[in-house]
Amino acid sequence: MASKRRGLPEINAGSMADIAFLLLIFFLVTTTMDIDTGIARKLPPMPDEDQPEDDSQINARNIYVVLINSSNQLLVEGELMDISQLKEGAKKFIDNNGVRENLSENPEKAIISLQNDRGTSYKMYIRVQNELAAAYNELRNNSALNMFGERYIDLNKTEKKEIRTMYPQKISEAEPKNIGGNS
Amino acid sequence: MSKFKKDGGKGMPAISTASLPDIVFMLLFFFMVTTVMRETTLFVSIQTPKATEIKKLEKKSLVSYIYIGSPVKRMQASYGTASRIQLNDAFANVGEIQEFIATEREAKDEKEVPYMTTSIKADETVKMGIITDVKQELRKANALKINYSTIKGEY
Repeated sequence: MASKRRGLPEINAGSMADIAFLLLIFFLVTTTMDIDTGIARKLPPMPDEDQPEDDSQINARNIYVVLINSSNQLLVEGELMDISQLKEGAKKFIDNNGVRENLSENPEKAIISLQNDRGTSYKMYIRVQNELAAAYNELRNNSALNMFGERYIDLNKTEKKEIRTMYPQKISEAEPKNIGGNS
Repeated sequence: MSKFKKDGGKGMPAISTASLPDIVFMLLFFFMVTTVMRETTLFVSIQTPKATEIKKLEKKSLVSYIYIGSPVKRMQASYGTASRIQLNDAFANVGEIQEFIATEREAKDEKEVPYMTTSIKADETVKMGIITDVKQELRKANALKINYSTIKGEY
């Protein structure tokens, strides 16, 4: 065996790099580095059957009612509103601190009630959710800048928690029902 | 420094490329490991809506996906164009969601169950009716952490 082996020339490994490059390029092309992003929400647990829900104890001024109908129009606190004004409207409502009669007493008590129709488009729904989230994020950011001199995302955990208790994000979605009718 | 200056002036020796394959292999392995091959083939076409206030979805292993959209072209002949739900590799009815969540839970460690998230990947043209149904089913299944999948972008 040994004598035969001696005659064999060494295999040229020069093309190894080329082969590896080929594979590398394949994986480079097929890799999708997309990180999934989205709006995180928590659903309320199913209501207990033997425990009827009473939301009567919540003062009406602390609820900001946002309705979306099947043709994607917004009705906010009984008035037609354009989506571009929703963020400012929500901010005014949350950060009212009892100044105006019909808006919230303080941010901790403020609840945004969101209701949509079965015919509402998902795009509109996400836009509304986004605007409401933006309102909260801006308020949190402002108070973070005032209290700690840093943006909300740069705060540490306890500071973030403090801000979060000041501005709890309470977006309530009512039990589904048909408001628009025709669907 | 003297080490390098010893045979200077004689002209540069050719740089050995013997370690080039090793470097390339290292890169190759990196990409092989990080690559996530899509487990499911999508039967529905999905263009997620845009949003600005988004969060990253962490711990991908704990995320279960629900796809909602109208069937892709080649499936339209047999399934029509109405919005449908896809779970794993098949179309599903709203009623199958609870079962789906249960099987997803079984596959995970008991400790991890509270951290499980359900990502709703829906097309922006989908109507809320179907989404509401899905949400109701998720509530019934007690899978309360959800994430509306969106892409970053301004309107």
